Amino acid sequence: MASTVVRPRRGDPGARRGSLYRGGEGMWSWVAHRITGVLTFFFLFAHVLDTALVRVSPQSYNLIIETYKNPVVNLMEVGLVGAVLFHALNGIRVMTVDFWSKGPRYQRPMLWGILGVWVLVMIPGTYFMLARTFSNLFGGA
Amino acid sequence: MTTVSPNPAAAAPTGSAEANQESYRGIEAPNSARRRVTGGKNFEMYSWLFMRMSGIVLVVLVLGHLFIMNILDGGVHRIDWGFVAGRWASPFWQMWDLTMLWLAELHGANGLRTVINDYSRKDGTRFWLTMLLYASVVLTIGLGSFVIFTFDPSMGG
Repeated sequence: MASTVVRPRRGDPGARRGSLYRGGEGMWSWVAHRITGVLTFFFLFAHVLDTALVRVSPQSYNLIIETYKNPVVNLMEVGLVGAVLFHALNGIRVMTVDFWSKGPRYQRPMLWGILGVWVLVMIPGTYFMLARTFSNLFGGA
Repeated sequence: MTTVSPNPAAAAPTGSAEANQESYRGIEAPNSARRRVTGGKNFEMYSWLFMRMSGIVLVVLVLGHLFIMNILDGGVHRIDWGFVAGRWASPFWQMWDLTMLWLAELHGANGLRTVINDYSRKDGTRFWLTMLLYASVVLTIGLGSFVIFTFDPSMGG
């Protein structure tokens, strides 16, 4: 039986003054999920087209794949991996909220948890993605 | 503590119509009548379920793909035509890439369909954006599958 009298917990969006919905961590994770999803979808479109060049000729494929090794594109690659990783981790969080009876109760700590995992994975990941570019740019030989 | 339920039947399971009236006082009746979602009986429920089922598989396929292609052993710097040819010599990686292509494209398109439905204000805008989306899905899945199935390793000489 639903009750209108809900004691607001600290950090609850309802604890704020007024009736305007200002969200909270849950809303921002939803926003980030949308943005990372849409960006990844557009990248996928471009990526299928560039990979299709393997069917044209080795030369044309190698030419276009060189752009991925450009330092600026290399930085965008870190952004893509970060976006996909967040989308994947938050997607798992959404599924635990949907299918695990205690999921809704722990949705907030789970968000901080996946952000922690994201940072822990992105630190070495960024290093390995950028190391070659850095040594090419600044390492001399 | 006032107990209010949006469902009058749940608020007063044994009560009369009058008691029901009493129990949900304060909540306005919806402005429009309840209507079924067009386009099939349970389409939106299956689309909701598909996002979760495909998502779980994509976590493995896509994160694995990103790890191998972007991080392991030099990342993108070692990728060229010969590298792709070497991978697609194995049916395992062909099937990996084919499954990933189909699931990612359908998962992404279904997400974008939701985004279009959320933000387009005119029916015409919604219709044409959705048609553009569907065209891109057919092109991407069609072209991608064609390339995986007809890849010719002898091109490398």
